[in-house]
Amino acid sequence: MKKLLKHRELLLVGIIAIMVAGFATRAPGFATPGNLANIFNDTSILIILALGQMTVILTKSIDLSVAANLAFTGMAVAMLDAAYPGLPLALLVVLAIGIGAVLGAINGYLVWALQIPPIVVTLGTLTIYRGMAFVLSGGAWVNSHQMTPGFLNFPRVSVLGMPLLSWIAIVIVLLMWGLLTRTAFGRAAYASGGNPTAAVYAGIDIGKTRFFAFVLSGALSGLAGYLWVSRYAVAYVDVAAGFELDTVAASVIGGISIAGGIGSVGGAVLGALFLGVIKNALPVIGISPFAQMAISGIVIVLAVVFNARAERRAGRIILRDRGAKEVSA
Amino acid sequence: MSEIAETRTRQAIPDRLGTPVSRLLGSWEVLLFGVAVVIFVANSFASPYFLNAWNLSDATFNFTEKAMIAFAMAMLVIAGEIDLSVAAIIALASTAMGAAAQMGIGTPGLVAIGIGVGLACGAINGTLVSVLKLPSIVVTIGTMSLFRGISYIVLGDQAYGKYPADFAFFGQGYVFWVFSFEFVLFAVLAVIFGIVLHATNFGRQIFVIGNNEFAARFSGIPVERIKFKLFLLTGLMSGIAAVCLTSRLGSTRPSIAQGWELEVVTMVVLGGVSILGGAGTIAGVVIAAFVMGLVTFGLGLLNVPGIVMSIFVGLLLIITIALPIVARRIRHMRTK
Repeated sequence: MKKLLKHRELLLVGIIAIMVAGFATRAPGFATPGNLANIFNDTSILIILALGQMTVILTKSIDLSVAANLAFTGMAVAMLDAAYPGLPLALLVVLAIGIGAVLGAINGYLVWALQIPPIVVTLGTLTIYRGMAFVLSGGAWVNSHQMTPGFLNFPRVSVLGMPLLSWIAIVIVLLMWGLLTRTAFGRAAYASGGNPTAAVYAGIDIGKTRFFAFVLSGALSGLAGYLWVSRYAVAYVDVAAGFELDTVAASVIGGISIAGGIGSVGGAVLGALFLGVIKNALPVIGISPFAQMAISGIVIVLAVVFNARAERRAGRIILRDRGAKEVSA
Repeated sequence: MSEIAETRTRQAIPDRLGTPVSRLLGSWEVLLFGVAVVIFVANSFASPYFLNAWNLSDATFNFTEKAMIAFAMAMLVIAGEIDLSVAAIIALASTAMGAAAQMGIGTPGLVAIGIGVGLACGAINGTLVSVLKLPSIVVTIGTMSLFRGISYIVLGDQAYGKYPADFAFFGQGYVFWVFSFEFVLFAVLAVIFGIVLHATNFGRQIFVIGNNEFAARFSGIPVERIKFKLFLLTGLMSGIAAVCLTSRLGSTRPSIAQGWELEVVTMVVLGGVSILGGAGTIAGVVIAAFVMGLVTFGLGLLNVPGIVMSIFVGLLLIITIALPIVARRIRHMRTK
């Protein structure tokens, strides 16, 4: 199994490298380190969100409210910054993470305590959170001139040649890697998605594990909310509309099984980068940006087909008698 | 946790059934009907314009198209699958009809194209799920961006208008008095779907698949073929909804019917269909359609913006699912 995952990540690295090389033949500047760093920076927010989404998917759940959470938190901190320019940035970032975590905790509580299927909960909270962003702002935009320079410039500050936004993503990737591979929570997340019944017998509280996965996903969405608003220097209700699907797509492309229990941090990061490279390459090679949606659709379907093959091969010996495959999300 | 989830998917059989009356009063459909009546009465007090035959007729347009898809979606969810690409199918079918209309194709041709595209999309979903055995939730998230993505490639930021004059009938025509074509179609489809789901072998088989797919296979039910048919049916209904919606709006943009998949799923779940599969009724979905239509229309009369309404729809979804669970838990605590 582990070997297979390794293969999958190598495969993704190979595919991304081939893609970059292919695009470079059409547009010579594409494969320069500077441009690749730009692409990474551009994909940072997706990477952060995909890691939260991945943790939730590992526990056999799904979080469709991440983009709405991002929109609400982004709006909240942008309005706070506009109304009280004196607030320190650190406080706003902590607030963003906190608000996001609370929204995530609401999802998690409904899933944990009331046992409502995650897809139903987050479909509901998706509309509620975005609606709340509207109620909060009254539909008005917060534009760049209303926000303080410190609030806007923070992700752009260059450290060792890379913007802070990229560094934040790198730090979070490392933290998530540590969390999922080196802590009890990480083990519990894999176990409760891989085989819930066995996890219960092993003494793992699945509900609690799911709850914390949702809190984590919410907290990362909140952080992404601040990063998004400051990076694009504008906050409005429809910010990041539909972005939850990109996070699911990045996870699926990265080999995270939608049935739970399978996947790695490296896979999710590569899945996000895969989408990021495509998104950045389309205008360069002269394809209409409108084609991006259809392309990511095809990529998702192909990735799912590929995942299913890999999983079936892996599961054949151990799970022969398992009968009807339980698939829930 | 897993054990609890498992017992919830199966139909719980109580020790005593209780009298027919008490069973009826305790049923989800009756509860929901009560909610609909309360909303209706509240609306007529809240706005003086609510109790007007033509206004109420207008209100039905809020839900008829979504409800048509919800009927097919209900069957799909009962069978343990889901289709999140329905709104994208509407967009693609509408785009195809728009392109055909620009080429001067007449109304019958447009309807055929709209329904044909719906069926083709349904067949793609069905093939991916039943032949390649992929989880429907991710597959349809993928085809959702594929179908709508094609609309975006074709249309970009443009829009199609110029539909033939007689094409307007499907979305704007009235069969008699205040009863619109869409409403009559909705009523007829409700009856047909109700009969198919609750009074035919096909319907029985759907419930069996949703309750225990493994057992269904051993009972000789062609699980894959039925799932394929259900995806085809959902595509067909999305195509029909696309015809009605395009006709009603008279134009096509790639963002048409954006977010409808969520509203359709909400309608299905609100109607008492178990999202885990195996339980649900068409009657429940019909009442849920009225509840959602009345809520959004009533709020609209009170000048509540659409996005705020969506908060109510989201809350409605979560609360209606949470209430019975909380109630059951309280009852459970009392008996202890």
